[in-house]
Amino acid sequence: MRLFSKWELIGVGAAVLLMLVILPCLNAFTPESSWLHVSNFTITVYGKYLCYAMLAISVDLLWGYTGLLSLGQSLFFALGGYMMGMYLMRMIGDLGQYHQPIPDFLVFLGWSTLPAFWKPFSSLPFAMLMAIVLPGLLAGIFGYLAFRSRIRGVYFSILTQALTYAACLLFFRNSLLLGGNNGFTDFKFILGHDTREPATQRGLFVASGVALLLVYLFCKWLTTTKFGKVKRAIRDSENRVMFSGYSTANFKLFIFVLASLIASLAGVLYVPQVGIINPSEMSTDKSLEAVVWVAVGGRGTLVGPVIGAFAVNAMKSWATRAYPDLWLMFLGTMFIVVTIFMPKGIVGLPAQLKAVYQKMAQKNNAGFPVPVDAAVQPVKPE
Amino acid sequence: MTQDPPTTKFVLTLEGVNKTFDGFKAISDLNFYMDKGELRTIIGPNGAGKSTMMDIITGRTRPDTGKVEFDFNTDLTTMNVPEINRLGIGRKFQTPSVYIHHTVFENLLLSLKGPRGVFQALFARTTSEQRDRIEAVLKTIGLTAKKDDLAGSLSHGQKQWLEIGMLLAQDPKLLLVDEPAAGMTDEETHKTGELLLSLEGKHSIIVIEHDMAFVRQIARKVTVLHQGHVLCEGTVDEVQNDERVKEVYLGRKKKN
Repeated sequence: MRLFSKWELIGVGAAVLLMLVILPCLNAFTPESSWLHVSNFTITVYGKYLCYAMLAISVDLLWGYTGLLSLGQSLFFALGGYMMGMYLMRMIGDLGQYHQPIPDFLVFLGWSTLPAFWKPFSSLPFAMLMAIVLPGLLAGIFGYLAFRSRIRGVYFSILTQALTYAACLLFFRNSLLLGGNNGFTDFKFILGHDTREPATQRGLFVASGVALLLVYLFCKWLTTTKFGKVKRAIRDSENRVMFSGYSTANFKLFIFVLASLIASLAGVLYVPQVGIINPSEMSTDKSLEAVVWVAVGGRGTLVGPVIGAFAVNAMKSWATRAYPDLWLMFLGTMFIVVTIFMPKGIVGLPAQLKAVYQKMAQKNNAGFPVPVDAAVQPVKPE
Repeated sequence: MTQDPPTTKFVLTLEGVNKTFDGFKAISDLNFYMDKGELRTIIGPNGAGKSTMMDIITGRTRPDTGKVEFDFNTDLTTMNVPEINRLGIGRKFQTPSVYIHHTVFENLLLSLKGPRGVFQALFARTTSEQRDRIEAVLKTIGLTAKKDDLAGSLSHGQKQWLEIGMLLAQDPKLLLVDEPAAGMTDEETHKTGELLLSLEGKHSIIVIEHDMAFVRQIARKVTVLHQGHVLCEGTVDEVQNDERVKEVYLGRKKKN
């Protein structure tokens, strides 16, 4: 099995060149007056999209490849974000509004010393370790219980949504000592660099791009392994897989934990770029939005979620400025239209158009039918 | 039942098995013994408990009471579906269930006997022995030419054969085949019969079937299930001439 098709290689290569070389260079080395200049704002926005693309891949690993529609990916995304946020809060030092050595919201809540669980978060490696352990553990426990009880289909979706909602309500509480509904913001430094400096933002942008590329390549490799084949077999006929001797619960648990880690990584890189993390990041509509990105881009592919995340968010940036009240209607309509008319999303559009074109050509040459088999046959997902 | 006490002679033993669903007695004091290498056909009217019996053997349903043993006194009642499968019990469902987005070759590859763990699956390589084994199965089920086609593009009959091939790829000791001829043309049905007959002796096989012409083609010993227990056993002719079977199928007299 070849890892990449020709077009995929060209597409991914071009995207890597654009994101990791051209945009950062145009931002760093061209004067602001030049028409070639890429603004700091653009870099931050695209950096955000790169993180969304990773989140979308994590949704697609579950939904498109394994048939598990998780509405809880925003929870793992936010958990990663919170871990990074705790580190960034510690890095503010005494530069906050109250000029105390502890985060402002703690001063506000009447604390004068740092709660014990906050202390190790002044170390970035520790925060990163927690960004792996916490979402991994939560996904492991939840997944173990859900898959062992053979919870499938829409029930799994509802449960993941409920879990996310419960976590969201929990994080809104001030007594959790994680900033309540305001969350964390006003970050100053990351690894000694000012987070508001263009160079820092550029570095985070490149880091997000590299992370996305690695996640993409890893998932690409995964699809070629026997594990990847079992995963798709579970999606298409879970009973057959179980009656072939595979404990499907273990396979689903593994992929669920893996997807939670990818979502967490996306959250880790997202927070320093947007400069804020609060419980609204783990609200249910955030999870649903990620599902729409995947549907629009094309589920069951790895390029699809990336394209979907960029396309839908670019549209969101435009629509929330042009028609702020209509955005949600717009999103809903897009989801319905894509589900009904473009089941394979943007990625599947060329094949779909080709099939329509060939059908029309066939109609025009009624006497000389053109074989359409090639186009009508189901497109093999990667 | 006056059969010999179960020894290693039997590949499958069910004794005094009961199963009730919400007050409905699906299986009632069922005793069933099967020899190694035997090809057994099970018939019975709708609701006779045929599928429940398969569910109990394969671990999908736990019996309320009774003994279910495989081979050398292996108790099946405490094991789950994948574990029972790994013992060497393969099951084919009534509706073809194959992996439609995988090729025929990949369908067989995933079914081959071998390790079933998550991490083993991550680093598994396809060996040349495995390829040979798949080629052999393809030949048996007559799908060599379709090897690289997506399973979703196969005809109904071909999907049924592929699923039987997937069971064979595991080299099971016991095969449970649920209505393999359902929805097939006469020619396909006949070919399916030949395929099952060719496996006789190499594997123990239980076939559930409704189509009497097909039963006559493949049947050696036939077991008739009715209201969750064995009504009678014998050759096709014996069974068809049995008064109790006639009653059950034709409803001449109300039993009980």
